[in-house]
Amino acid sequence: MKSESSYWVKTIQNGLIGGCISLLLALVGLVLAFGKTYVISGLFTMGQVFFLAPILFESYMSVRQAPSKKIITLLAIGGLVGLLGGVMLVIIIAIQQVINLREVLLNLSPNLVTLLTFNLPLAAGLVVLLVVSIAIGVIGAAFFLLPDRIRSAISQAFLTVVLLGLFRDLIVTVIGNWGPVENAFLWLFAQSGLSILGAIVVFVLVGALVYWRMGRDKKATSITRNPRQQSMVRWGRMAVLALVVLLLPFILGSYFSEIFDNVGIYILMGLGLNIVVGFAGLLDLGYVAFYAIGAYTLGVLTTSEAVGILHLTFWEATPIALLVAVFAGVVLGLPILRLRGDYLAIVTLGFGEIIRILVLSDWLKPLLGGSEGIQRISQPTIGSFIFGNQQRLYYLILVGILIAGFISVRLKDSHLGRSWMALREDEDVAEAMGINKVITKLLAFAMGALFSGLGGALFATKIGSVYPQSFSFIVSINILSLIIIGGMGSIPGVFIGGLALVGLPLLISQFADFRYLIYGAALVAMMLIKPEGLSPEARRRLELHEVIEEVPIEEPTTVLKTPGESGGR
Amino acid sequence: MAILVSKKVTKRFGGLEAVSKVDLEVPEHAIYSIIGPNGAGKTTFFNCVTGFYTPDEGVILLNNRNITGLSPDRVARLGVSRTYQNIRLFKNMTAVENILVGMQPHLKSGVLGAIFRDPRTNREEKEAVEEANRLLVYINLKGMGDLLAKNLPYGQQRRLEIGRALASKPKLLLLDEPTAGMNPRETQDMVNFIRRLRDELGITILLIEHQMRVVMSISEQITVLDFGVKIAEGTPSEIQKNPQVVEAYLGRGAASGLSQTPVEV
Repeated sequence: MKSESSYWVKTIQNGLIGGCISLLLALVGLVLAFGKTYVISGLFTMGQVFFLAPILFESYMSVRQAPSKKIITLLAIGGLVGLLGGVMLVIIIAIQQVINLREVLLNLSPNLVTLLTFNLPLAAGLVVLLVVSIAIGVIGAAFFLLPDRIRSAISQAFLTVVLLGLFRDLIVTVIGNWGPVENAFLWLFAQSGLSILGAIVVFVLVGALVYWRMGRDKKATSITRNPRQQSMVRWGRMAVLALVVLLLPFILGSYFSEIFDNVGIYILMGLGLNIVVGFAGLLDLGYVAFYAIGAYTLGVLTTSEAVGILHLTFWEATPIALLVAVFAGVVLGLPILRLRGDYLAIVTLGFGEIIRILVLSDWLKPLLGGSEGIQRISQPTIGSFIFGNQQRLYYLILVGILIAGFISVRLKDSHLGRSWMALREDEDVAEAMGINKVITKLLAFAMGALFSGLGGALFATKIGSVYPQSFSFIVSINILSLIIIGGMGSIPGVFIGGLALVGLPLLISQFADFRYLIYGAALVAMMLIKPEGLSPEARRRLELHEVIEEVPIEEPTTVLKTPGESGGR
Repeated sequence: MAILVSKKVTKRFGGLEAVSKVDLEVPEHAIYSIIGPNGAGKTTFFNCVTGFYTPDEGVILLNNRNITGLSPDRVARLGVSRTYQNIRLFKNMTAVENILVGMQPHLKSGVLGAIFRDPRTNREEKEAVEEANRLLVYINLKGMGDLLAKNLPYGQQRRLEIGRALASKPKLLLLDEPTAGMNPRETQDMVNFIRRLRDELGITILLIEHQMRVVMSISEQITVLDFGVKIAEGTPSEIQKNPQVVEAYLGRGAASGLSQTPVEV
């Protein structure tokens, strides 16, 4: 019985945690920012999703861990979690009516209160808030009681609806480019979010699809496809993916193409930093320096302004920009590569700042333009074809990414890749194995600088101008974060990390203000739940998870026999 | 002919002489042991030979070539390879990868080769993997190539570490307590294995060892260090009779073992 009573304590804890998260999301302004972003038009908003989802989640988790399997108990647990979560919101609103908390909690505005109380008069609103919270808690519990197949169907269908609602603007704009097809889809959407009919159709379709697939999967295990079919399916998927990637600018239109250009530049640099940090294990916090060097070199060499020198074309200037970036990488690398871990991080961080300050300085102003930067950077051309808009630049960036990705894949699976890994694992031993520490580390540094410089050159030509503000420390942190989120050392991880961390805040403008909040939360959550990243390298997954299951039990007898028996003395 | 010669090698840490004017001559194809109480400076001496420490005084010759003060990777490339007292594998790399890293000194392909995969690089890589697999068989880890090093049982980790050292085709192999933490049966297997390395591969072996039974049965020559100073040298039977050695081990053994541990890392 003791476990049961301690379980109730845990339930109360979970309820309070759910309430805290809801409250936090509300008080930082996330709920209000999405207060008018309908998921289903007229029915509920993304803001409401934000403050109710934590309660739903906590209630589901509580029920899942519950020792009792009685339906009533489980529903009661869910209700309790919901009640506690709701009470926390109610209390803060109630206090706000008596004492003005806005002095401290800036976002606790009348608008937020109205939103949390569902546009009702205060008293009635608070009651409704409580009732809704409890209901959400009970729904979370009930959800647990459903059979697997139905639960997956409902959760995935609901998630799809929320995502479609959230990405409504993107989708509508994209469909808008398609001409006649447009009308076949537009009825799904309202002014904001999905239309009610659209939501029902999507929910039912996705739910049914998931339900059907899960049923089929069970059968499919007995009739496994032959390898040839499998490889055909795989090739088919690759082909579709390649086609989508190739046609993306046409599908997306110019506004969203720019977003993907930005994401692309980050992915390109992520691939470079992944070599430095992920492969070779050198924590570089000043990665932005090479980005700045690439961008400014290209700027100085190609601008048609008076400050420019040489006035080269993009194609002539880019190799020089890359060389300068690599040279900077080597020059920085040589003295500091003897440092390890934290010390290396601090020195590189300093280097990043030095470059930014140099660029801003009056001393270099005649050449680099100081805080006014360099304008009128030339655009790349091939014959009469000018990479003059965001859609065309996309292809240039894509080529850069492909080259970087190709080089990454090849290097990773080579003896240089193994040397990096060995240095990451144990520097002293790697040296004793004949690996030249300085050269090997310099190669990693130079590779990183190369891709960062390329990213900078593309960035400069894309914007058409460069300013010192574009090269702040936070860029290094962004790139590092996207590698960590994607999975250190994982090449697909860079793409996923880039889309998630850079793409999302750009695609959904309301997120922009909360960008760093989300970064922080995502990093903490990743470290706790999935330290190997979203798309981990196979090796890392082994390192961090499966070890527990795979450690062979040591059996002295078998261990002993081996060398002696074959040694045969 | 001596493969390794050390002349008056001295290494100080602050005021402490961890290794003091040690003379040593390891004949080619020998199995040569260095023994001594804890903190006698044996591992420090190893670190001087492999280039991790630069001796404060003295000269180290490998095949009559002065290697004093060369960086560890240079020494490794000249044919000296080692294992560690506490196993130091690349834990999160597979067994095969550990061995492939050991082959580093013999791989020639560079960055461009790795990127463009020219035929020569491909051939080299293929041969390296085949060679690594042969080595795995030799050290009796057949079929375990794809396991992470840290997931191998203790005895196999020891052998993998030796395998990694063998991958560089060393002329001189330094083994730092290869039988540490092994029971008598495992120890005997290791002793046989070390003999095989010398007999079949013709590698000269210099080892640090604590278990007297092992030392006496395997070594052809022994040097005894105490407080960084060489106190005796000779064949196993000579060493066993040497009064100074007995004193070092029995007389002050326990006390010096406790007070001097920092040297032995």
